[in-house]
Amino acid sequence: MNKILEAKFIGPDIKLFKIDAPKIALKQKAGQFIILRIAENGERIPLTIADSDKTEGWITLIVQGIGATTKALNQLEAGDFVRDLVGPLGQASHIENFGTAVSIGGGVGTAIAYPTAKALKEAGNKVISIIGGRSKQHVILENELAATSDEVYPCTDDGSYGFHGFVTQKLQQLIDSGEKIDFVLAIGPIPMMSAVAEVTRPHGIKTVVSLNPVMVDGTGMCGGCRAYVDGKQVFVCVDGPEFDAHLVDFKILQQRNRTYGIQEQAALEAHMCNIDVVYNEELKNKKIAESI
Amino acid sequence: MADLKTKERMQIPRHDMPEQEPHERAANFEEVNLGYSIEIAMEEAERCIRCKNPVCVDGCPVSVKIPEFIKMIADGKFDEAAEILKTDNALPAVCGRVCPQEEQCEAVCVLAKKGKPVAIGYLERFAADWQRNHSNLKHVHVQEKTGKKVAIVGGGPAGLSCAGDLIQMGHDVTVFEALHEIGGVLVYGIPEFRLPKEIVRAEVDALHELGVEFVTNYVIGLTETIEELQARFDAIFIGVGAGLPYFLNVPGEHLNGVYSSNEFLTRVNLMKAYDFPNNVTPIYDLKDKNVAVFGGGNTAMDAVRTSKRMGAKRAMICYRRTEKEMPARVEEIKHAKEEGIEFMLLVAPLELVGDDNGVLRAIKLQQMELGEPDSSGRRRPVPIKDAIEEIPVDAVVIAIGNGSNPIISQTTPELIVNKWGNILVDESNMKTNMKGIFAGGDIVTGGATVILAMGAGRTASKAIDEYLKNPETW
Ligand SMILES: Cc1cc2nc3c(=O)[nH]c(=O)nc-3n(C[C@H](O)[C@H](O)[C@H](O)COP(=O)(O)OP(=O)(O)OC[C@H]3O[C@@H](n4cnc5c(N)ncnc54)[C@H](O)[C@@H]3O)c2cc1C
Ligand SMILES: Cc1cc2nc3c(=O)[nH]c(=O)nc-3n(C[C@H](O)[C@H](O)[C@H](O)COP(=O)(O)OP(=O)(O)OC[C@H]3O[C@@H](n4cnc5c(N)ncnc54)[C@H](O)[C@@H]3O)c2cc1C
Ligand code: SF4
Ligand code: SF4
Ligand code: FES
Repeated sequence: MNKILEAKFIGPDIKLFKIDAPKIALKQKAGQFIILRIAENGERIPLTIADSDKTEGWITLIVQGIGATTKALNQLEAGDFVRDLVGPLGQASHIENFGTAVSIGGGVGTAIAYPTAKALKEAGNKVISIIGGRSKQHVILENELAATSDEVYPCTDDGSYGFHGFVTQKLQQLIDSGEKIDFVLAIGPIPMMSAVAEVTRPHGIKTVVSLNPVMVDGTGMCGGCRAYVDGKQVFVCVDGPEFDAHLVDFKILQQRNRTYGIQEQAALEAHMCNIDVVYNEELKNKKIAESI
Repeated sequence: MADLKTKERMQIPRHDMPEQEPHERAANFEEVNLGYSIEIAMEEAERCIRCKNPVCVDGCPVSVKIPEFIKMIADGKFDEAAEILKTDNALPAVCGRVCPQEEQCEAVCVLAKKGKPVAIGYLERFAADWQRNHSNLKHVHVQEKTGKKVAIVGGGPAGLSCAGDLIQMGHDVTVFEALHEIGGVLVYGIPEFRLPKEIVRAEVDALHELGVEFVTNYVIGLTETIEELQARFDAIFIGVGAGLPYFLNVPGEHLNGVYSSNEFLTRVNLMKAYDFPNNVTPIYDLKDKNVAVFGGGNTAMDAVRTSKRMGAKRAMICYRRTEKEMPARVEEIKHAKEEGIEFMLLVAPLELVGDDNGVLRAIKLQQMELGEPDSSGRRRPVPIKDAIEEIPVDAVVIAIGNGSNPIISQTTPELIVNKWGNILVDESNMKTNMKGIFAGGDIVTGGATVILAMGAGRTASKAIDEYLKNPETW
């Protein structure tokens, strides 16, 4: 069981958690993730480790409430516990000094890209960050990224803040302006990652994306997270999550993520309250146990 | 019935296992086998003719003292029977349920030559269940603490049996498990209707009471490496199982509705998806749907019977040879048939067919026939020209085996594995090429059986004990 040390909303339905996890903090490298389960009847879901502190022994997670589990998670506060937390899972990002690296984050993808962007900067790259969001409130981690990037470009779909348009348009603008780009990291919704791949492909710019299939164990045991890269089957949890964007079959990824559409809706609509009750009961018991 | 003559014993007919009615059980997840009553167990125990040279013992991979424990049951001393079992077998309640007895102890029982063997497995289950339910005696003798520490990697049967032995030898034992529950395949693979989770939990609790420490949610290789464990522990046993599912390698495996048996069974068993949405993990809604399972082993039987219980209208086994070659236990095949599972034999998958949205809708099968015997004398299945059929299905489960999980070998380059990723050991003592590190179970043998994994754990525990007493002797 792991204790939540800090919890705060940093955007609409986007919450940042600082969680006590000394062993994971000690090992975490950019690009890796954890799997957690809130309660005994809960689902195992993967979340990227956005940040960590080895000496203080915590990790941070940034969670977008999109379905039953993430919404329930986002109701937890400092002092609450997460029942199960395992990691760090997956391969670390491949970091080297490419020259100029552009890190693109869409929505909560910004949180997933952040640790890698930071590592790219530490490795000596010139880092340009592009942050996408529907509107101003959806642009997250701008200050954090500003501290580890040479340039930061927030973009909004509605033009309420920064560049008016999609992150791909901003990227295209940079390329057109003659900026020599050696490496692109793009993390966000599947259509966004797929669009970025098409922008960089004609220019032969090495582009990496982080895939987000549905997972169960996260250790290569179930094969549920399989994706198709360069025509070959991969298990994202052990072979990834990062892959060459120009080789990923995004269509299959998108299709497989729709597998449980009906059930997810059912879980969310009919039983949101039920889940809350169970989670909260369990948490209460844990708190009592803790205080004895 | 104290003094029966051998001849009289041999006249007692073998007692069947009382079971739930097929049509009833095919709709629930409760255990199919109900267990012997005291009367039946004592009568069955009288069938054993107490051979001077009990060949049955040689048929058991861990050499359970079979005639001795059976005599105790005949005498009504059930607790003692369980104690005898436990000296050789750390999980008798599990083995009594899932061992392929018909190929092991019971296959060689002398009674099998003329009629039916003694129901050794059912009696083993009876004694273990009786003790768990009735006795609170704690007979286990734990030796004085040695101060030595052993790490066990993986909480499956191999790791648990090794842990059980070592704690009794006085060593400190910590089990590290990647998942959130201990038991390995016993909790994520084998379904509730064959092996209730409560039984595994009771065994794990018993080990905990003896002092074994369990650390869940801990992936060795990632959370902590083998090298780091070496600094904290005097010896290490690796029992991480064979968990990397094979796929068929035919077009269409990316479709929605296609599962590996590991994923399908993990969702249903470990994550309790059959109770969705009270448990939040989803699974395909199989009610009134058609399900095809590829494979012919225990895993395939578990998957197909699970899908029936999830409401499937048609639940089919697709196997490329004949029933004779099926590796599944005879009892499982019988149970499956009684529950209305269809067996499509001599068929090979050609393609999994999807609709425009990437959702599985059918399978294309190639009919096979048995050709000429090959060098091994087995008649190999060969395709029948143009005999291809398409069958509408909503879900497919692929249960054709597992390769070895790469996490440990990738993060421990020094450890020698074969080309399939299985850890190489000296089978007489389970030593790997790295000093102080032992391995056993499916990660060494590839997918095998519970009792073989436990046997490996036991062999390792003896060697670990010797090594800890005399580290120079490696
Ligand atoms: C390696 C990895 C790292 C991730 N890191 C983060 C992170 O740092 N922060 C974060 O908020 N999320 C992250 N995700 C996504 C997160 O795991 C999912 O949002 C979560 O599992 C959804 O669970 P749910 O029960 O709340 O929603 P569900 O009810 O399962 O899904 C709700 C909706 O989201 C879609 N969906 C389902 N699974 C996913 C998925 N894996 N990714 C995206 N959409 C999905 C469904 O199609 C559905 O429309 C990560 C995923 C992976 C694989
Ligand atoms: C569906 C199914 C049905 C079966 N039915 C039968 C049957 O009826 N009879 C029979 O005798 N056999 C049966 N078997 C086979 C039997 O279950 C296995 O042979 C046996 O469980 C192997 O034991 P093990 O301890 O080697 O591995 P496992 O049981 O696989 O346990 C290994 C454990 O190690 C954990 N682990 C893996 N990697 C790591 C890591 N890096 N760090 C920490 N932990 C890790 C895993 O999560 C797992 O819990 C069946 C198998 C399956 C899949
Ligand atoms: S452990 Fe298995 S093989 Fe050995 S006696 Fe028991 S049932 Fe038979
Ligand atoms: S071989 Fe059969 S009859 Fe003989 S001791 Fe063993 S179980 Fe009893
Ligand atoms: S999540 Fe099970 S293999 Fe990747």
